[in-house]
Amino acid sequence: MSETFSQADRNDGVEPDMVDQNAAPASQASGAGVVPMNMIQALNSAIDVKMAEDANVLSFGEDAGYFGGVFRVTDKLQQKHGLTRSFDAPISECGIVAAAIGMGAYGLRPVVEIQFADYIYPAYDQIVSEAAKMRYRSGGQFTSPIVVRSPYGGGIFGGQTHSQSPESLFTHIAGLKVVIPSNPYDAKGLLTAAIEDDDPVVFFEPKRLYNGPFDGWHEKPVSPWKTQDLAQVPTAKYVEPIGKARVMREGNDVTILAYGTMVWVALAGAEHAGVDAEVIDLRTLVPLDIETIEASVKKTGRCVIVHEAPKTSGFGGELSALVQERCFYHLEAPVARVTGWDTPYPHAFEWEYFPGPQRVAYALNAVMSGGR
Amino acid sequence: MNDKMSKKNSQPLSLHVPEPSGRPGDAPDFSHLKMDPAGVVERPEVGSTPYAMRDLAFRLIRVLDDEGQAVGPWNPRLDPETLRRGLKAMILTRAFDDRMHRAHRQGKTSFYMKCTGEEAIAVAQGMLLSREDMGFPTYRQQGLLIARGYPLVDMMNQIYSNAADPIKGRQLPIMYSAKDYGFFTISGNLGTQVPQAVGWAMASAYKGDDKIAISWIGDGATAEGDFHNALTFASVYRAPVILNVVNNQWAISSFMGIAGGLETTFASKAIGYGLPALRVDGNDFLAVWAATQWAEERARSNQGATVIELFTYRGAPHSTSDDPSRYRPGDEHDKWPLGDPLERLRQHLTVIGEWDDERHTAALKEAVEQVRAAGKEAEAIGTLGQSRPSVKTMFEEVYATEDWRLVEQRREVGV
Repeated sequence: MSETFSQADRNDGVEPDMVDQNAAPASQASGAGVVPMNMIQALNSAIDVKMAEDANVLSFGEDAGYFGGVFRVTDKLQQKHGLTRSFDAPISECGIVAAAIGMGAYGLRPVVEIQFADYIYPAYDQIVSEAAKMRYRSGGQFTSPIVVRSPYGGGIFGGQTHSQSPESLFTHIAGLKVVIPSNPYDAKGLLTAAIEDDDPVVFFEPKRLYNGPFDGWHEKPVSPWKTQDLAQVPTAKYVEPIGKARVMREGNDVTILAYGTMVWVALAGAEHAGVDAEVIDLRTLVPLDIETIEASVKKTGRCVIVHEAPKTSGFGGELSALVQERCFYHLEAPVARVTGWDTPYPHAFEWEYFPGPQRVAYALNAVMSGGR
Repeated sequence: MNDKMSKKNSQPLSLHVPEPSGRPGDAPDFSHLKMDPAGVVERPEVGSTPYAMRDLAFRLIRVLDDEGQAVGPWNPRLDPETLRRGLKAMILTRAFDDRMHRAHRQGKTSFYMKCTGEEAIAVAQGMLLSREDMGFPTYRQQGLLIARGYPLVDMMNQIYSNAADPIKGRQLPIMYSAKDYGFFTISGNLGTQVPQAVGWAMASAYKGDDKIAISWIGDGATAEGDFHNALTFASVYRAPVILNVVNNQWAISSFMGIAGGLETTFASKAIGYGLPALRVDGNDFLAVWAATQWAEERARSNQGATVIELFTYRGAPHSTSDDPSRYRPGDEHDKWPLGDPLERLRQHLTVIGEWDDERHTAALKEAVEQVRAAGKEAEAIGTLGQSRPSVKTMFEEVYATEDWRLVEQRREVGV
């Protein structure tokens, strides 16, 4: 599977020299301070720093040990922290999550990797029936302080099984927290928070953003993270709170709710439309920062929701319902959703499927004219 | 080239669907079961390689012979006091089951599951291992709690989902959680606990601890992918865990052949994973004890996991919602060649002069009294629907702290 992705990634014009894949993770290369990191390095730094701080933190997954992960997120953790703290797992997503649950019940804080979110389904029973319900069903006697990390999302010619965004399958489950960062700074702070959280966290990493922000203008050259303020990452530990959204752009005309790659697409879409949009990066879907959403929509009177996942029963449906329930008398137009289509993720039709800035701009213009 | 050539079979293909040896109205037939006599199966060194001891996966470790004597190399030579404690715990487990089954019939609870005929397994293993070791049970190891002295009234409170239910009315009856007794929270989803036990054992090893894990799964649930995952992880990481397969011949109405138990033994499944396998008379308290002790020693000495198939028979209906007379001979349990675990240990204790009819009658009476007293106490708190935890608790412990949705929804309910 990793080969398929690497191929797709190269075809898509992500320049290999944007990231020095052999460089030591930034947190290890430098002393204290703030350094530019890409999302991979930021995630690596989060695990590295937590491992150094807490002997109960360990990391495992397919190819996640010696090799450091097919995306390098766990690079050099084994060399630095030892074989038993960062190790390879059999190709068994169910087994990986089940083992993590057992470890969590013992008192450890495992951070496990599912190589692609598209392959999380064999572990679905363990996540949904076990991790999510353990505290509840045992009256608090047993808990699951685990993190299930997984690269997710499209825009990389990953085809059906390297592009999916299955977040709504998890936001629907009581007992789970669902986190999706959109930049290196948040990636490190949120992953640190997830590791320290006493509840199970499903942590989706938009792989399209690993090496640089991506605004959906796929024919333009991709810029590296180092040009972005949010790539300035402290090497020391810090925490970004789970449950808090980030306002990426303040605006007065319309609120855009997005997360992951779509945050950057939303920003580009607003610029393309020439609309004064307020772009909110939700960052965590569960728990959701309802206050920030409500305040913004009440201010702007309009709302566009953008996600990569298919439309029907996607998380956008929940967001739309919440906005309608809470901001009905402030709305000046129907809430709009810009999402992936209700099809499996296609290969050849990547850019017809992927909700790009033009589709966002179209929705913004429609909402501004009061229609849909 | 063959690409257009059609192939002919000597006869048309046919689908094989295994069938049990007896259905309702048939005479029970266990002639297909191969049973070693007591005392004949060798006892390998604890450090033996799985390859060298693979034959044990196809044998049957038994200690108690037909006369009630403990024989052979697996005799754990338990002192009479331990044997008496084991017998009393089995008697108490059966008395508890009988009362709770009745309580269901009386409408005091919605559901119950007995472990009749399987008492030796959880009782022996519960007594042998420490409460510090974590057990990952199914819904049919209540004997573990009873052997460890977990308050019967708390079990009943859980079954009645009353105000004193330790897990606050959230779970179906019998899905106990008892961390302090080394009893992991029971899930309705079959098989999930086995790879979790492996993970727990890996954690203990990772920390350089001295605790081990023990899990149970039924014959039917071995068909779940979790069983395969558990064996793979246990083997790869040499996890200090005992992986029990309780083969009671039946998974609700499916006989064990439907789970793949006719073509091979469940113990033998360990062999392909490079794990040692013991196949044991599950109705023989001493054999269960001895095999578990062997696996325990192996786990504690860092030599990894052992699979134990405990060969037994599910004497009772699958649950209070089940009627076995619709799929198996009514007297099959009576004809089970390995007998009844309580009667066999009673016979042994009697033969060695450490038990008699008078003591047995007294023990039965004492167990019934103990269950009755607990029953009175639990029923005074309330049976199902008469008493329950505060509705507010329905919203608690979904997360470590209630999020805004739960606060709003709780207020909608008015609590």
